[in-house]
Amino acid sequence: MPRRHDLESICLIGSGPIVIGQACEFDYAGCQALKVLREDGFRTIVVNSNPATIMTDPGFADRTYLEPLDLEGVADVLARERPDALLSTMGGQTALNLARELATAGVLDELGVELIGAPLDVIARAEDREEFREAVRSVGLKVPSSRIVTSVEELGGISLPAVIRPAFTLGGHGGGFVETLDALRRQVERGLAESPIGQVLVEESVRGWDEFELEVVRDRKDNVVIVCSIENIDPMGVHTGDSVTVAPQMTLSDQAYQELRDAAIAVIRAVGVECGGSNIQFARERDTGELRVIEMNPRVSRSSALASKATGYPIAKVAAKLAVGYTLDEIPNDLTGTTPASFEPTLDYVVVKFPRFAFEKFPGADTTLGTQMKSVGEAMGIGRTFVEAYRKAERSRELENEERWELPASAHPWFHEELAREPGWLDLDAAVADDFLRYKRAGLADGDIGPELVVRAKRRSSGVRPSYRRVDSCAGEVEAASTYYYSTYGEADEAPPTGTNPRVVILGSGPNRIGQGIEFDYCCVHAAQSFRALGYEAVMVNCNPETVSTDYDTSDRLYFEPLRLEEVLAVCERERPDGVAIQFGGQTPLKLARGLEAAGFPIMGTPFDAVDLAEDRERFGALLARLGIRCPQWGIARSSEEAREVAERIGFPVLIRPSYVLGGRAMRVCYSCDDLGDIDRPVLIDRFLESAIEIDVDAVSDGMDTYIGAVMQHVEEAGVHSGDSACVLPAPSLSAAEDAEIREVVRTLAPALGVVGLINVQLALADGTLYVLEANPRASRTVPFASKATGVNLVQAACRVMAGTKLTELGMSEAQSLGHVSVKAAVLPFARFPGADPILGPEMRATGEVMATAADLPTAFAKAERAAGRPLPTKGTAFLSVRDADKHAVVPVAESLAGLGFKLLATSGTSDTLTAAGIAVERVRKVTEQGSGATVVDLIRRGRCNLVINTPHGSGARTDGYLIREAALVARVPCITTLSGAAAAVHAIANARHEESMSLQERIDETRAA
Amino acid sequence: MSGFLALEDGTVFRGESVAADGFAVGEAVFTTAMTGYQEIVTDPSFAEQLICFTAPMVGNYGVAEGRSESPRPHARAVLMREARGPAWTDWLHERGLVALSGIDTRSLVLKLRAAGAMRAVVVAGEGSTEQAVAVARAQEPMAGRALAGGVSTSRPYVYSDVGRARIAVVDYGCKRSILRRLAGAGAAVTVFPHDATSDELARFDGVLLSNGPGDPEPLVDEVAVIRELLGRAPILGICLGHQLLALSAGHETYKLPFGHRGANHPVVERATGRVLVTSQNHGFAVAPSDAREATHQSLYDGTVEGLDFPLEHARSVQFHPEAGPGPHDAWPLIESWVEEVAYAEAA
Repeated sequence: MPRRHDLESICLIGSGPIVIGQACEFDYAGCQALKVLREDGFRTIVVNSNPATIMTDPGFADRTYLEPLDLEGVADVLARERPDALLSTMGGQTALNLARELATAGVLDELGVELIGAPLDVIARAEDREEFREAVRSVGLKVPSSRIVTSVEELGGISLPAVIRPAFTLGGHGGGFVETLDALRRQVERGLAESPIGQVLVEESVRGWDEFELEVVRDRKDNVVIVCSIENIDPMGVHTGDSVTVAPQMTLSDQAYQELRDAAIAVIRAVGVECGGSNIQFARERDTGELRVIEMNPRVSRSSALASKATGYPIAKVAAKLAVGYTLDEIPNDLTGTTPASFEPTLDYVVVKFPRFAFEKFPGADTTLGTQMKSVGEAMGIGRTFVEAYRKAERSRELENEERWELPASAHPWFHEELAREPGWLDLDAAVADDFLRYKRAGLADGDIGPELVVRAKRRSSGVRPSYRRVDSCAGEVEAASTYYYSTYGEADEAPPTGTNPRVVILGSGPNRIGQGIEFDYCCVHAAQSFRALGYEAVMVNCNPETVSTDYDTSDRLYFEPLRLEEVLAVCERERPDGVAIQFGGQTPLKLARGLEAAGFPIMGTPFDAVDLAEDRERFGALLARLGIRCPQWGIARSSEEAREVAERIGFPVLIRPSYVLGGRAMRVCYSCDDLGDIDRPVLIDRFLESAIEIDVDAVSDGMDTYIGAVMQHVEEAGVHSGDSACVLPAPSLSAAEDAEIREVVRTLAPALGVVGLINVQLALADGTLYVLEANPRASRTVPFASKATGVNLVQAACRVMAGTKLTELGMSEAQSLGHVSVKAAVLPFARFPGADPILGPEMRATGEVMATAADLPTAFAKAERAAGRPLPTKGTAFLSVRDADKHAVVPVAESLAGLGFKLLATSGTSDTLTAAGIAVERVRKVTEQGSGATVVDLIRRGRCNLVINTPHGSGARTDGYLIREAALVARVPCITTLSGAAAAVHAIANARHEESMSLQERIDETRAA
Repeated sequence: MSGFLALEDGTVFRGESVAADGFAVGEAVFTTAMTGYQEIVTDPSFAEQLICFTAPMVGNYGVAEGRSESPRPHARAVLMREARGPAWTDWLHERGLVALSGIDTRSLVLKLRAAGAMRAVVVAGEGSTEQAVAVARAQEPMAGRALAGGVSTSRPYVYSDVGRARIAVVDYGCKRSILRRLAGAGAAVTVFPHDATSDELARFDGVLLSNGPGDPEPLVDEVAVIRELLGRAPILGICLGHQLLALSAGHETYKLPFGHRGANHPVVERATGRVLVTSQNHGFAVAPSDAREATHQSLYDGTVEGLDFPLEHARSVQFHPEAGPGPHDAWPLIESWVEEVAYAEAA
């Protein structure tokens, strides 16, 4: 059946900000879907609040809306665009839930929009536990025995251990494994609060059973294929997103595997997914073969992205085509070109995925893995054997200390045996080619065998070098022109590059982590596109399976390899590039730059020395002094004693940090000598500018001229990491003179550093004086936001400059009269890490961001908060409790709230301040205060507060402040922890207007016309 | 101990011997099935062949008696990128199979895909590669070889004696899964040698022509028996049985360049447009045809994957509906055929 001709325009919903459990895999899916829908002539409309996505680039859809992903936001867009259909299966749980809401609210019917991909009844059957259980039972399969519970009163007679699974939540959020009645009650309470429909499932625990996932695709003619089997090395009990997984499955016989396959097909039919992909999870008792169906996602998922990258079968692309009427046999297999998508990929290699965690960012948080996902990213390794793939994935995680993962004792014995095979110690002096080959085939890096450079030299001189193999989806059975490669050892090299065009190797950003996420993938993808447009062959190296950059058609050649010097040098030796682009993948490629240069590979654009110049504080300080640019007073200390001297010389408060930091790792603000702590390695100490305005600038320089892309102002004051702070473009508080000074400083600094390409400069304005805080001669986290807000593609400009074009030839103008205001707001994962204090500080903890644009700041700000899932209340009760330093400034905030009709509550100190200022406030008891009546925490828990403003005295856990913030988090009440943030929020509550949504394309046209 | 594979074109692949000593000659072919190594090695259709597995690791889940598709291995040698033992390699060793691990299987597959299946020799141990190549070249090519006689049962036997339909299976190299599926569908099953006469067979409610090794063309006697049988008893052909039925009905068969061997081949049912993911194992095929009786078609190369002659109550499929190994998508073909045969008999 060919494409449906009754549809002309299709709206696709994205997944919104990156959160734990929902990352850039949905950007990958959305991009693929948009690509094929447009190729087929559909008019496409995309709604997604995440500016760092490729899918929200103006060129990817006909109409792009960076609007909040809530009922109101999407309904507005639908009413404006009147698409024929809504594709709900590409944007994760967020899109699926929204589609369901839109349908139940009658919006889709009213506007005549058809739900495609997964119709309402299918969503219900897959997502509603009871309906799902019925569907599974109807085909003779079993789900773990269970009971649906809507209150803690219904827990009688439940057998333990049990698993709690809330309905309709992300990544099993709010769920958990319990062994005691007490724990059962607590977890159910939490689950009920998390579930938007107030429903949780309490079920038979299958902890310790083997866990398998099958990626299934079905078309409207009932053709079904299994794209990939995935085996979780961590057995049941650990969320699959947190598990180490392997594809294809390694331990099942054909008979056992076919049973799973049959079950998966029966389930997809029973649930009724008619045209799309699904992920189905199974638990299997190792000895008896007893099977339980755990869950099903009737949409593309993190696992389907992994399966696509693991097999070369683009599930999202195929699912999008199925949704508009095609059948599997009508869709060609991209990699072979000659065979259809109605087949099952077969692998002649093994793929292993490792999760990457960020617990170091959340001190106090429980690090035990369970049914609730906690990892923030993942890395994938491909090899010709299990261990080879495993070791590659393991080291692709890029951990600070290269620790190995400990295989859980409960893992299948086969995995234990495989890892136990590792060859022992190697006598390097006596080692011959066969020895090296044996070690490399076991997946070991040179550095695992001995001193890295020594091993590398000996290995190479003995002729042992990697060879590259194609991922072709068919194990070589069908001729494939695939350009997707991985390395292995001891085999023939396949299809080495032959083109004559100049070549650029683009280094990606590796697994997502806090501080280095999808923004850098955005930059890498744009770099690939831009260089291709300039006539280069773009070669991508990355190991993150979630991303668009690792889609096989983003670049001319894709190497799915760890981003480590050994592997990257090997790729460069094969590709012999004209240049290596290191400025787009965040901090990861910068760490490799020195080694690349040493090996003779030219860095394209900004040379490595500029990076060093910017990061070596002494060199940077000297440069600033020479240029006459001010920076906060600073010093370097190597001991506690030196630290005290430096701090006293420059004056408290000070900011302490180790050099070469990523995402503000381990940065601290100290107010006195006592705060400095023990110093045993070199630290950088900066004067901390209190209540300064922080400014972020993204610019492109050609080494002479510099184009200022965006001057952005942070909402939170200095001291809150820029990645966690809301940010506004254009900067609202700058005078024309200040704006000009900022531009001038960046124009002076960029060429002086030697920047050819992108640069990000962070500045602070304190009492009218401008300071440069730091410069990063590379793409920054704000590049996608700035590019979308201004309509100027900064990465493209950077690539052209790197390729030798002068800015003057590009004819870019710095018009900043955009006619609208854009706000970027951070999304924080505190709810995932109970025990960690949910406050903002110099340590970045945001996983993602949203963007909103409107005619004025309050409207844009309010919309951004809505998009971030923290809609500002417009009435009700506000609770205020601020530290002494903020007491003075809280008065106008409280006054505004009172003026807006809010009832005010405050604890003793704040209450006294407000009363003294003549503001009516009700005093409430702190938890630690003796007395009767409800405490503030009780009130928050009971839903009696609509807004919490609480600025911390420090972040001592178990303090009153902590308990207040945690209660707000659990009760899902907006909790603002900085006074500047509170002021912006109150301003927005007072002045936000309803404004018709507008697409990015219209805004860009408007800006250009202006 | 080291070992090597020598192809008739002189190419040599080196590996490590993990099973029996000695050498094996045969046609080098590859299968892309990711599971079912024991089933594959014991499938009589692999007689006189050296099997290369594209699956990266083979032997992971050991062996089990019930998985064998016949009483003994039929493949001559096994070529693997990474063999896992000891259960699997011991099993091969005990059965005298030559097997190599550490072979650059992907390079071998790409070569066979480009140049076609080749005559080859596998040597476990040291030996002269020149000599091995010469031995490979001295082999009779697979085209023209009649191999069914060598793997068929020598006398009839009863596989299951109760059922709603009495089915005769002609054993050209029959897999146990076929018998198991038939019995499971409620058939009483009797197995006959490849040279059973049409009179013997016509006494049954239905006749299943089994899979088997080699070239169908030289099996002229078998084809003649089928021609006589047409119209006298309902027929279902599988794999070689399909090719023989095709020849008996005037279709042509030919040798595929490198065959279809795997568990993921898409086959379209022309009448409905439905696609089956099928288990396949054949080096010869029925030439593409638009004839009305051609019910199924390979979506890879258009070869005829199914035939139906309704007037004669004869039909056949090139793929393996019995699976073993591979997907169960086509199981219902066997079940519905038994059903029909039983129904016709009852009517």
